[in-house]
Amino acid sequence: MAMEAKEQVATATAGHTNGAALNGYHDSPSAKPVREPLVLGNKTIHQITEDICGVAEQKATPKFWAALLASMLVAGAGIGALAYTIAVGIGVWGLNNTIGWGWDITNFVFWVGIGHAGTLISAVLFLFRQKWRTAINRSAEAMTIFAVINAAVFVLTHTGRPWLDYWLLPYPNQMKMWVNFRSPLEWDVFAVSTYFTISLLFWFTGLVPDLASLRNRAKSKIAKAGYTIFSLGWTGSTRSWHHYEFAYMIFAGLSTPLVLSVHSIVSFDFAVSILPGWHTTIFPPYFVAGAIFSGFAMVLTLMLVAREILDLHDYITLKHIDNMNKIILATGMIVGYAYAMEFFIAWYSGNPYERFVFINRATGDYAWSYWMMMTCNVFSPQFFWSAKLRRNVWFTFGLSIVVNIGMWFERFTIISTSLHHGYLPSSWHYYTPTWVEITIFVGTFGLFMTFFLLFAKYLPIIALGEIKSIMPGAQPSHHHHDDHGEHGDYYQSGHYVDNEDAVKKHN
Amino acid sequence: MSTLAQGNVIAVMGDFKDPNKVTAAAKGIHEAGFTKFDIHTPYPVHGLEKAMGMPKTSLPKFALAGALFGLASAFALQWWTGAYEYKLNIGGKPLFAPQFGTPVFFELTVLCTGLTVFFTMFGYLCRLPNWHSKYQYDAGFQAATDDNFCVVLEADDPRFTTETAQALLAKLGAADVRVVHEAIEQD
Repeated sequence: MAMEAKEQVATATAGHTNGAALNGYHDSPSAKPVREPLVLGNKTIHQITEDICGVAEQKATPKFWAALLASMLVAGAGIGALAYTIAVGIGVWGLNNTIGWGWDITNFVFWVGIGHAGTLISAVLFLFRQKWRTAINRSAEAMTIFAVINAAVFVLTHTGRPWLDYWLLPYPNQMKMWVNFRSPLEWDVFAVSTYFTISLLFWFTGLVPDLASLRNRAKSKIAKAGYTIFSLGWTGSTRSWHHYEFAYMIFAGLSTPLVLSVHSIVSFDFAVSILPGWHTTIFPPYFVAGAIFSGFAMVLTLMLVAREILDLHDYITLKHIDNMNKIILATGMIVGYAYAMEFFIAWYSGNPYERFVFINRATGDYAWSYWMMMTCNVFSPQFFWSAKLRRNVWFTFGLSIVVNIGMWFERFTIISTSLHHGYLPSSWHYYTPTWVEITIFVGTFGLFMTFFLLFAKYLPIIALGEIKSIMPGAQPSHHHHDDHGEHGDYYQSGHYVDNEDAVKKHN
Repeated sequence: MSTLAQGNVIAVMGDFKDPNKVTAAAKGIHEAGFTKFDIHTPYPVHGLEKAMGMPKTSLPKFALAGALFGLASAFALQWWTGAYEYKLNIGGKPLFAPQFGTPVFFELTVLCTGLTVFFTMFGYLCRLPNWHSKYQYDAGFQAATDDNFCVVLEADDPRFTTETAQALLAKLGAADVRVVHEAIEQD
């Protein structure tokens, strides 16, 4: 911690003595260092290439292989449990007649939610011109894709006969039957598959120029071939960048409402039903806020580890951690508000069933789960009012895990408390998962880490092209907007100010 | 291992490091009347495409077409399957209504727009994938994915002669102005 602070001071001093240096501050001599630099260590554009490509070019360390092996073993256990489930049937799970959704749907909602931070960082923060996103957007987007894959594992196996999952799609068949578009479960099929496809295209589009950087540096034949194929022959042509930037903006514009729609539609799975505790209009915004909350926590968990292992301290700085913690605090408060509002409405509606469900939620059989959720999601983020704690790496790491535990319990609480005491007291029941469900869930973390480690090792973990474009001095001088704060205009075409004067002055 | 022999002149290239100078150079080349030229940069330099005299991208038109197609197909799919082809009464709900159709309207609109933008941008507007570039053996050209702004004046431009191109780039302040020959692979 102390070392980083010193580093920043050193950078600031260098910035004053050498105005033209790429130090993160605006280069006008009168300017004061009001903002922390986004990238530390006075990097040149070439150094950024060296640093980021270096991660992919270095020989994998034994630590990496050990981590990969461990992740794969955990994933393997999960896959084994999945195979067992598919072979025997979902009777091996702890579900019963009353509680038909348990850990399966809890985990589905949990993983879909995790993905939301990636899209939020890549799309929403892009539209809001938050330059700091460039250090973390690539890995957050990757995380989105891996999280949605994990979500799909649950939602595709909980159908019971996953080999018939194509029945979820509208296709002409011998029974002349079509899917039921009146069901929110069918909306979910469209929402999650669209989300996955668009996230993948967005991620890949972002990767292409960076893969070209790796291609031009690759030494080994296999690496060269791989990077060549996937970089599509990108050359950095301005005639291509021109279209590319616009496509990037359209993707951001598409993903922004998309990310809000996905968890809204997931929440419809509950809200469109008639069960007390589920049938509420607050669900869509409440689910979306929770998704962003848990997603940012997961980004932090992963990025703090990657920052240490891959030595990305100059790129993922305390400023990034601070900013993400602020988002966690804000969304945590929204989630807390939603919890309170649910209780208020249960009382205010005068509906005895609603009232019962909520009193039961806080004091009944699953009260332990409810209070776990409250502690982790509502009380613990309050520590982030302190700037000191927001910038404490270890504290942040710990809290990010606590938040994700809390968000898992939120979904579990919602699902199990409403189901286990429904309208018919004679059907009331309790649910505990079996080892199979637990193994599958733990296994998805292994799968997630396996994907993430492979990504971090072989692909540019930081968006090279984007981070270069926001370096001070990287853009023609008429485009220096740093004086107005952080709303940079990188990757935005059609934003041309006639630069004749600027150019004249420069030459 | 194949070796490379030199063929005809295919381009004159020059390098820049300063975004202001390369923008001025783009303007200069455009004003000199060149049309077949390109500037390869490691990241998008703002205003460069305008300085080069490029028209606005036609991508939004394709995106709109994709969006309308997606919306229309979502409407057709839900109406045709539910209210026309196989009418199934489920809880007395209407066979088709825009209220329940909205999520799928939205998702298919986004999906079709995204796919259209992706394939149009790479496949049609950027002409990719194209795994071989005739310039790829030039070190300065390769460095354009690192930190170099590489200006390429193509030989098939009507105004191109090796001398005029070299003189123009030198006048605009390019470093390492060089004549690039076609590379012919020999066994």
